[in-house]
Amino acid sequence: MTAYDIFIAPMMDYGFMRRALVACLCLALGSGPIGVFLMMRRMSLMGDALSHAVLPGAAIGYLVAGSLSLTAMGLGGLIAGLSVAVLAGIVSRFTNLAEDASFASFYLTSLALGVLIVSLRGSNIDLLHVLFGTILAIDEEALIQIGLITSLTLLVIAAIYRPLVAECFDPGFLKAVGGRGPLYHYIFLLMVVLNLVASFQALGTLMAVGLMMLPAATAQLWARTLSTMLLIAFGSALVSGYVGLIASYHLELASGPTIIMTAACLYGCSILVAPSGIMRRFFPLPHLKG
Amino acid sequence: MRTPAVSLSNLTVTYDRHPAVHHVNGQIAEGSLTAIAGPNGAGKSTLLKAIIGELRPAEGRIEHGLRRTEIGYLPQAAEINRRFPISVLDTVLLGTWKNTGAFGGVSGKDRADAMHALQAVGLQGFERRSIGSLSAGQFQRVLFARLLVQDAKVILLDEPFTAIDARTTRDLLEIVRNWHGEGRTVVAVLHDFEQVRQHFPETLLIARELIAWGPTIEVMSVANLSRARAMAERWDENAAVCEDAA
Ligand SMILES: Nc1ncnc2c1ncn2[C@@H]1O[C@H](COP(=O)(O)OP(=O)(O)OP(=O)(O)O)[C@@H](O)[C@H]1O
Ligand SMILES: [Mg+2]
Repeated sequence: MTAYDIFIAPMMDYGFMRRALVACLCLALGSGPIGVFLMMRRMSLMGDALSHAVLPGAAIGYLVAGSLSLTAMGLGGLIAGLSVAVLAGIVSRFTNLAEDASFASFYLTSLALGVLIVSLRGSNIDLLHVLFGTILAIDEEALIQIGLITSLTLLVIAAIYRPLVAECFDPGFLKAVGGRGPLYHYIFLLMVVLNLVASFQALGTLMAVGLMMLPAATAQLWARTLSTMLLIAFGSALVSGYVGLIASYHLELASGPTIIMTAACLYGCSILVAPSGIMRRFFPLPHLKG
Repeated sequence: MRTPAVSLSNLTVTYDRHPAVHHVNGQIAEGSLTAIAGPNGAGKSTLLKAIIGELRPAEGRIEHGLRRTEIGYLPQAAEINRRFPISVLDTVLLGTWKNTGAFGGVSGKDRADAMHALQAVGLQGFERRSIGSLSAGQFQRVLFARLLVQDAKVILLDEPFTAIDARTTRDLLEIVRNWHGEGRTVVAVLHDFEQVRQHFPETLLIARELIAWGPTIEVMSVANLSRARAMAERWDENAAVCEDAA
């Protein structure tokens, strides 16, 4: 088997592999940066919570539209995710419950509700598709939807970059200069939910957040500045997507989990060899003169 | 009578109905250099937070007629994420918010201002360092540089020299004096009475209630200070409703 057979041929031979690859490229572009900001805001678990929250909406969309219609499920997921984000925000504002605590109670409720709804009508196969995605079944409609969401995400992040950074780094300052921090917080949450919905068909609700957090964690081990961190997160998400697809093709594994496992491997290697990683502990470089 | 930059009338600020600042009246004159002194828990930080609008008065009023960006504020314990990968220069450039807002570009002049401010606080050459790699004193200098760039009319500092060595304190005090010289209104919460006597012409002594406010020599008398201490030790979990409450 030549390198061409391993790395290129699957893409040349099969349309579904090409579509999956393009989907991965888009998802990496959107989810990588979103994940970095989630991590920087210490909201890693919030992303997880939101990914669960998307489920009942998607399930209702699926029930209403019958088959696995992406638009209906995406729309349902978007509405459900946003409602949970807004409700949790409102509850934490009016009670002394911290935002993550109210998030936790809302998303557990919606996860239960979602699984309940799917199991009402669908078969177990459908439930598996919703939970773990079917990246190889992505069609043109899905691809366009993913591409639109990615483009929107990049534009919005570019537009609100400064207040977003200020809100992550020094929320007190932003408040003191009158810079509406909560507004950007909610715009950002909207982007999180949109990207979860985008990766939803490809990776499923449960795996979607993996493509956000693992590349972001990898990037944090390597990069010193925010811009390099964003680039590395994108790059490692993209590599995970490509390598994961190829590996799942040759080894006949489920593609969604293989992609996330690839991202996990990158993260694991980084923990070992990154500048702040474990290997440096055992093989320290000599210190400098001054 | 000097024009007031900030005037407080019958100001009360509470936490869970307990007053932390109680019926305070007075004015911070424009261009004055005022120290706020008082024991721990006296309500000094609370007073500053009320002035910048972070806390709402339970009663009374604060008037200053300034826009938010015209007040520079250095909190006592800033909720700054020091692990955020941002450079010293970018941190200082946040001070140009008044010109750039959320979306505007940073102009060449803004950048020059930021470099100048870094020089003024003795951090030239640190532009590209990440803030996570600075010592506490160096970081405090960065925050002062940001305040310099902010070019605010009123500057509120909450214990700016705590855990700062003598030399850095001297450098930063110099900046405070320059601000005073430029006609800005500066208010600083301080615990070092020697510093207050040496550098601050006016003092506001508070222990929940206003003890004294005026020229430093008169305010920092032994009698006033011991009254402040006695006052601060009173804390009643089951206090009755204040008779002066509206
Ligand atoms: N978030 C809060 N919730 C409830 N009570 C508070 C809160 N913050 C401060 N207090 C109380 O209000 C009073 C005044 O607090 P404040 O922080 O203004 O004191 P301070 O004069 O700045 O003291 P220090 O010198 O220790 O900084 C204290 O009794 C404190 O216990
Ligand atoms: Mg204080």
